[in-house]
Amino acid sequence: MNKPLRRIAMFCGLLVLALLVRDNWIQLVQADELKTDPKNRRVAIERYSQPRGNIIVDGKSITGSTDTKSGDFRYKRTYKNGPMWSPVTGYASQAFGANQLEALNDGILTGDDDRLFFNRTIDMLTGKPQKGGNVVTTLNAKAQKAAFDGLGDKKGAVAAINPKTGAILALASTPSYDPSSFAGNGDSDTAQWSKLQKQENEDEPMLNRALRQTYPPGSTYKVVTAAAGLESGEYDLDKATDTPDPYKLPDSQTKLGNEGSPPCKNATVRTALQYSCNTVFAKMSNELGNEEMIDMSEKFGFNDKELDTPVRAAESVYPEDNKPQNAMAGIGQASNRATPLQMAMVSSAVANNGSLMKPYMVDQLVAPNLNVVEQHKPTEMSKPVSSENAQKLQQGMETVVEKGTGTSAQIPGVTVGGKTGTAQRGVDNSENPYAWFISYAKGEDGSADVAVAVVIEGSDALRSDIAGGKLAAPVAKGVMKAVLEGER
Amino acid sequence: MTNTGSNTTVSPGGLPSRRNTEMAMLIFAVLIPVFAYANVGLAKDGALPAGMLGYGLGLGLLAGVAHIVVRRWAPYADPLMLPIATLLNGLGLVLIWRLDQEPSITTDQTGGAAAPSQLMWSTLAVALFAGVLVFLKDHRVLQRYTYISMATALILLALPIFFPAKNGAKIWITIPGVGSLQPGEFAKIILAVFFAGYLMVKRDALALASRRFMGLYLPRGRDLGPIIAIWALSLMILVFETDLGTSLLFFGLFVVMLYVATERTSWIVFGLTLSVVGAVAVASFEPHVQSRVQDWLDPMQAFKDGSEQPAQALWAFGSGGVLGSGLGQGFSRLIGFAAKSDYIFGTVGEELGLTGTMAILLMYGLLIERGIRTSLAARDPFGKLLSVGLSSALGLQVFIVAGGVMGLIPLTGMTLPFMAQGGSSVVANWALVAILLKISDTARRPAPAPAPSPDAEMTQVVRP
Repeated sequence: MNKPLRRIAMFCGLLVLALLVRDNWIQLVQADELKTDPKNRRVAIERYSQPRGNIIVDGKSITGSTDTKSGDFRYKRTYKNGPMWSPVTGYASQAFGANQLEALNDGILTGDDDRLFFNRTIDMLTGKPQKGGNVVTTLNAKAQKAAFDGLGDKKGAVAAINPKTGAILALASTPSYDPSSFAGNGDSDTAQWSKLQKQENEDEPMLNRALRQTYPPGSTYKVVTAAAGLESGEYDLDKATDTPDPYKLPDSQTKLGNEGSPPCKNATVRTALQYSCNTVFAKMSNELGNEEMIDMSEKFGFNDKELDTPVRAAESVYPEDNKPQNAMAGIGQASNRATPLQMAMVSSAVANNGSLMKPYMVDQLVAPNLNVVEQHKPTEMSKPVSSENAQKLQQGMETVVEKGTGTSAQIPGVTVGGKTGTAQRGVDNSENPYAWFISYAKGEDGSADVAVAVVIEGSDALRSDIAGGKLAAPVAKGVMKAVLEGER
Repeated sequence: MTNTGSNTTVSPGGLPSRRNTEMAMLIFAVLIPVFAYANVGLAKDGALPAGMLGYGLGLGLLAGVAHIVVRRWAPYADPLMLPIATLLNGLGLVLIWRLDQEPSITTDQTGGAAAPSQLMWSTLAVALFAGVLVFLKDHRVLQRYTYISMATALILLALPIFFPAKNGAKIWITIPGVGSLQPGEFAKIILAVFFAGYLMVKRDALALASRRFMGLYLPRGRDLGPIIAIWALSLMILVFETDLGTSLLFFGLFVVMLYVATERTSWIVFGLTLSVVGAVAVASFEPHVQSRVQDWLDPMQAFKDGSEQPAQALWAFGSGGVLGSGLGQGFSRLIGFAAKSDYIFGTVGEELGLTGTMAILLMYGLLIERGIRTSLAARDPFGKLLSVGLSSALGLQVFIVAGGVMGLIPLTGMTLPFMAQGGSSVVANWALVAILLKISDTARRPAPAPAPSPDAEMTQVVRP
């Protein structure tokens, strides 16, 4: 009987061997895959087992972590003045994941980033818990507050940039939301979250309007058209443009007029900016042609699908179109669309003597031991206009604030340039228009310190072209003042 | 038959009894779980657990009593089995106690803390172990009860049909006030006794009366009867008790013993064919079995569909990695239901890592192989058959449950011998080891002459 016994012994040995091989397969070969599987709850438990790194503005953190002392997930995210900062931070929720800066810099904030390997190793060897690093932003707390308070309970957005570097100074969007309200994973978090969703809330509080929503730019787009005109050499700031009033759109019987009765007939570019003449810029856009207009728009950052700040901005577009549409696009009333950030970039390029700096909002990534892991270096994105033409555009925009449609943005003792806009919506202007204002303010050294774009969904009372000046300009003024005061 | 080569355990001069070796190893087998216990306490609360002294003394006492009983009543028994069983049982207790520290799986609905009752059952198990060693003078006595065993096994296997199913499988009988028993665990031993007794008598008929066909020895129709009967029984267990594991275990056990008794490879071919046919047939209409197979094929999809455990077990193993998270520092509680019983191997995987898991698997391997070695050394056919049956039953059970938890084969509800929570399992497996020790003692005893029973080797027929 011993021969079969030996075979059975081998068979049982094989069974154990099979188990050993399988064990090696799942604990050695597949271990990493299983260990880091996002559905493996250990990943989330680990992730929330220590306080998350913070997002810093002006040297102070605008985020925090609180020990929930219950459940699997120990620490949850808190936000200081969440509604004001949420367009910057995004959210980091135990139940609903993260977005924007919280998501993009997750590795630094949790300490899992490869660049923190050394820190982690030291912590592991010394028995300390893993720590997250910080994200230092370029934002300006005062400017952000001015923007958020200026928008108040209106629906709109503000983007402010430092023209010289591209550093984003303010990024506000209203109505907003408090990301603290659903940072955990309990029932109340779920309730808060679903209350904020588009299906339940038509105001879309979680929409980051400053970066992720495009609007028809309205008359603010005339700055881009003027830039293209000046660059073409066909137009000059104080040269008459030979424009009829009203202007008959090409290939069409439609006659385009102006709001009120401004002196737009045969006006110069400066005057046309001052009174926001539709006729002049529609004609200019038509004469430059669709191709040239697209070209100039793209130099300002339009038609860019990957504008990362690092949070990706929605694509602002200036599409190929037929002649009448192209003419209307020249005054921002056709199929072209822009995010508030994009219009701030337009203003910033003009203010920075024609050089468009790449907008960014993360200055530094800092390791837990305060070593700088990554430092942003300002880079020029493009040079849409020559500095000579840029200065002419500045003069035009400064005229707008001095004595044109944008007088409400005047700041005593400060050179301010701006452009109003009121983008009509709906058939025959049936819906509330978007009130726009883009501007910049120069500091004491004569160079621009801040460029702002404000968009507000207007109210019934303000349908005319003055809406931009009435509604949006004061907000822009507040932001500019806050930045300039901070400089001093 | 000649005992040559490596089979030196029955050299005529007799061997040292190895009881001192056993004692030395037992000290380790007690100390290691005590350290593990301390480890859990330090990891969980930063302090040595309060019950450590009591636990250590308790385990030491059990091991000591078992050792003294072996020393007195089975002095020539294999020295490895008792330490391995003690170590596995001790580690199992630690793991159960460790999982008791997790409130999410230690609720009143799941019966609260399981370690105290497991310790009680372990004590009872060691008592039964001692009882077997003391009162079973010679394992051949069991041969007398061949047909009684059959009847008992059938009753034990049939009983759960009359009790309500727990979690999709009818393998428990519930006695009010006492708790639940898994009769399948005891049936395993009793069936091995029956098979050994039956096959010892019938092996010649089964082996010789056969026709050669395509290189295989086809048994006669009437000799096929028993194997068909056992096959039908296994299928009935599968169908009426929806217990894939027990069914597989019994059928595998029978095929192994049949093969050893007859030395005919054809029986293995028959056995495999029948089990495949049976498994496929049942799987085609039994949703419980189908879902288990689905869960096995794609555990991640099963996780999405609500059957979380197979994936949770894999994640536990994967997260453990090579060295494991350390006792008390893993999250195997996420496995949830049955984390302390069928899925306890997941906790081994996560907290002890690949290293610890392989050590545990090797210990099972060692225990099984020592059992088969006992079978090799045994001088009577009944002892040979019984010990190989018990050992391979242990082997199959470990393979079925550990393979199931690790996703090697579809999971079937079964307890990991000695480690998993479950009184029946602990008691039955200690009894199993006691019988193996007894056979081993008889085999290794420097007896003057083999028993005058019909000696297997003398009647063995040279292959035609």
